[in-house]
Amino acid sequence: MTDDAGAVLPLLEAGPDIAAGEVLLRAEHIKKYFPIRSGVLIQREIARVHAVDDVSFELRAGETLGLVGESGCGKSTLARCIARLYDITSGSLVFEGNDITAYSRRQLRPVRRDLQMVFQDPYASLNPRKRVGAIISDPLRIHKAGSREQIRQRVLDLLELVGLSSEHINRYPHEFSGGQRQRIGVARALALKPKLVIADEPVSALDVSIRAQVINLLDDLQDELGLTYLFIAHDLGVVRHVSDRIAVMYLGKIVEISPAEELYERPVHPYTEALLSAVPIPDPDLSAARQQIVLEGDVPSPISPPTGCRFHPRCRYATDICTTEEPPLTQHGSLGHLAACHHPLTMGQQAQLGGPAAALNLTPLPAARLVPARPGPSIPPETLGTPGG
Amino acid sequence: MTALLEIRDLKVSFRTDDGVVQAVDGVSATLNEGETLGIVGESGSGKSVTMMSVMRLITDPNAQFEGEVLYKGTNLMAMSQDQIRSIRGAGIGMIFQDPMTSLNPVYKVGWQIEEQIREHEKVSRQAARDRTIELLTSVGIPNARERVDAYPHQFSGGMRQRVMIAMAISCSPDVLIADEPTTALDVTIQAQILNLIKKLREDFGTAVVLITHDMGVVADMADRIAVMYAGKIVEQGTQRELFYDPQHPYTWGLLGSIARLDRPRPRRLAAIPGLPPSLLQLPPGCAFADRCAHRFERCGEQPLLLDRGGDGHLDACHLTRQEKQDVRDATIHPELVEERP
Amino acid sequence: MLTFIVRRSLWAALVMFVITALVFIIFFKTPGVDPARAIAGRNPSPQTLAEVRAQFGLNRPLVVQYGLMMKRIFITRNLVSYSDQGVLVVPEIFAAAPATLSLVFGATAIWIVMAIAMGVAAARLRGRIYDPILMILALIGVSTPVFWLGQVVNLITQNKLHSSVFSWVPPLGYTSFTTSPALWFEGLIFPWITLSILYIGFYARVLRANLLEVQSEDYVRTARAKGLSERRVLVRHTLRTSMITFVSLFGLDFGVLVGGGTILTEVVFGIHGVGFLTWQALQNLDLPTIMATVIYGGFFIVLANALVDIGYAWLDPRVRPN
Repeated sequence: MTDDAGAVLPLLEAGPDIAAGEVLLRAEHIKKYFPIRSGVLIQREIARVHAVDDVSFELRAGETLGLVGESGCGKSTLARCIARLYDITSGSLVFEGNDITAYSRRQLRPVRRDLQMVFQDPYASLNPRKRVGAIISDPLRIHKAGSREQIRQRVLDLLELVGLSSEHINRYPHEFSGGQRQRIGVARALALKPKLVIADEPVSALDVSIRAQVINLLDDLQDELGLTYLFIAHDLGVVRHVSDRIAVMYLGKIVEISPAEELYERPVHPYTEALLSAVPIPDPDLSAARQQIVLEGDVPSPISPPTGCRFHPRCRYATDICTTEEPPLTQHGSLGHLAACHHPLTMGQQAQLGGPAAALNLTPLPAARLVPARPGPSIPPETLGTPGG
Repeated sequence: MTALLEIRDLKVSFRTDDGVVQAVDGVSATLNEGETLGIVGESGSGKSVTMMSVMRLITDPNAQFEGEVLYKGTNLMAMSQDQIRSIRGAGIGMIFQDPMTSLNPVYKVGWQIEEQIREHEKVSRQAARDRTIELLTSVGIPNARERVDAYPHQFSGGMRQRVMIAMAISCSPDVLIADEPTTALDVTIQAQILNLIKKLREDFGTAVVLITHDMGVVADMADRIAVMYAGKIVEQGTQRELFYDPQHPYTWGLLGSIARLDRPRPRRLAAIPGLPPSLLQLPPGCAFADRCAHRFERCGEQPLLLDRGGDGHLDACHLTRQEKQDVRDATIHPELVEERP
Repeated sequence: MLTFIVRRSLWAALVMFVITALVFIIFFKTPGVDPARAIAGRNPSPQTLAEVRAQFGLNRPLVVQYGLMMKRIFITRNLVSYSDQGVLVVPEIFAAAPATLSLVFGATAIWIVMAIAMGVAAARLRGRIYDPILMILALIGVSTPVFWLGQVVNLITQNKLHSSVFSWVPPLGYTSFTTSPALWFEGLIFPWITLSILYIGFYARVLRANLLEVQSEDYVRTARAKGLSERRVLVRHTLRTSMITFVSLFGLDFGVLVGGGTILTEVVFGIHGVGFLTWQALQNLDLPTIMATVIYGGFFIVLANALVDIGYAWLDPRVRPN
């Protein structure tokens, strides 16, 4: 099934690692642009920030889709579009069979019982003037989910569910640590027994030892309550741990989407390769042996994205076609693994990364043609060489 | 070889309304020329306060300091304000975590770097400006000649951090203290910045103190590593010792709770239970005891940071080397071979 | 930056227009008030009333009336004050302006210097005894009504101690600088001090709060880490950014004062500036003069607002549009 541009929609047949289930959420060609206005008397739109630029994917019940990317890739904007905290510029969003793209606030209210969000900053996302009990019971009261006594009992149950004690019900957020605050946020999100929980960088602001606790909690809750997660993070290790499938975003587009393990063992898109290469490995020998790919320059502005493939200015494999033609998302590797690239990575290149695939002893391929020199930092780009250790 | 920087039993406490907070409780460490010392810890471990105290940058009137910090043999803690000022920026440079807020927003970046150069060296404005442009180029800022007149908010996060680095090395210091320099940056930008620091190390032989919570970063950058918890160093050793032969349960916990890309996915992350202790009421014995799966009767007694194996690798845990070896692997890799279904 | 200035100026002009229209409507269209009577002053003769009606076109459409009034104020400047025996209003305001400006500039000079000194001192000495003492003094300054303080000052300088310590103080009133610089200064020194005390108090407290906030900012920590002297850190880094708020507030207060907000001080000290003029006009219900002074005041406030916005963008590069 293709759309007008000829891109293949990332449909999911029953792959080996995916939990079988109906499609809970279908996003098609989502675009979210923010206008930039300027002018002397009347503000005219002179440019747009292409925050999310034609994103399509499906989410099946019971699975966790990881969304990974760096600042400016649009993952947080996409999350807010799906949660309908923003209006979508174009595209369609179907949740539980209903087209919620253009729903009004009033129409969205019942939807919000099933679609909840956990936010990144545990210090900013809880109202400091409300007690914990009030924060968690708010959604229940707004949706008239029971009598006062029933609501109170539910709040106590939720606190226990997230590993807090009942005496915390009357305390204020500032009396808790970051990790505990995040648990409160999770309890609030779960109050109405949602089907889909969007977790926007839920552990990024937490200490390393607390991160593991909250990740385990989210894991347990998913099993217990049959939740579906859209898990957004920039930490590739965390995303790999929690996700069934992962989508990699760059400058408003999904550049690769794949079952989790496969993304790390056989990445296809050069940006994924660079991301994986940049993640520090807590093992000195492996770290030293690794041929690290250091990308040049900064992420370009989403206001005027590069022509053709958006990654081409920083891509070590780019050729002329990459500057003119935007590559469509096509299947590579197994079913369910899609990437948008004119020069997808070969198996030899995949082996260089020192990931689980390092065990595969594959010979290297000759270096790819590089685009003529562009001004950049004085750090020379790493070229392909013999793999170490 | 005499150490370039030697911290001797440093203690830093803060008087607050709720009592005395012992932020740093007897920290000793050395930094030799050209080497990189990694200090690993989470919030509240005291890692930042330690290095801020080395530079005498703590201005809180309620802070109290004990101990010595020797820089090339002279005690920084006993110096006058004028003396310490001449060392800041010139002998010891420092870069901080958040490049967005660490640069003054109302001055051009070139002006801020020139300000530092001219504070420490008697050079003309033009000479300072030329050096600034050179510095910006060497840290990888394109079009340095134009960008020198730009304001901080006109740079991206990674570029701002490069500016900070240029500023910190502008007077060729012997020591560079980097306090979580890449925590606020994207992972590909982090790789660029760490590479830059490596290059500077090579080119100038600068000794680096790298403060971070990311074990992956010290695995890449550090020669020696100190792990801090609740104001104390709980383990200190070479890079290989720390990663391949860690001797403290907290270190095991840190290593075990990382979601690593280089290993198969465990079913569950081995999280350290509980929370770090409040620095207002530190327990009398080992501060990690109530989160430690291996505590025993002796843990009620303060464990000293000692070389329990005779190899220079220090740790603050009462268990013997043999006992540690027995329990260690079970902690770090409880389900090494069991993959997620 | 240029488009910003142009746009801001256009907005300012628009606001001025709205102010004049509002003033006009208030004075001419308040229900139950006959504008002719109001303009004509106390006990007008029927002849005067008829004259007024003709001159101001009070029988013609509203827009025409507005147009006529504006013409009189801005273009022909022959608006006449009936209660004041036909004195031309607009020239009268211009004549009174130097007194107000002298008063305001002198007072602001004092208050800026003192507020910065007190604010910096309090921030530096935070935690020690001087900090609360300075802030209490500041609070007293803020709370003391200027008319009461002015009268107390007069009591001392003109009455009680006039023969001894303050014999050099001239009688209440304003002498222009060109007539006699010495008298100009002596006559203004106490009004300056009185007027500035209120503002010193307020600005010292604002500056102290700003300084303390900025001092814990990361870039101040960086400045220290660079090895800069405390003085340089204070002046070039801490103060420079704190001044942004200070300057914005100052601009607004200055605009109000120049526009005639000095009414109380001028009356108490007998300085015949624009504020004094306004007070007189209020007492006599001299509508043309009141209208003119309101528009005069409005003009300066609008101007001050626009300048503060532009000045803010100049001081803080982050606010400048790209």
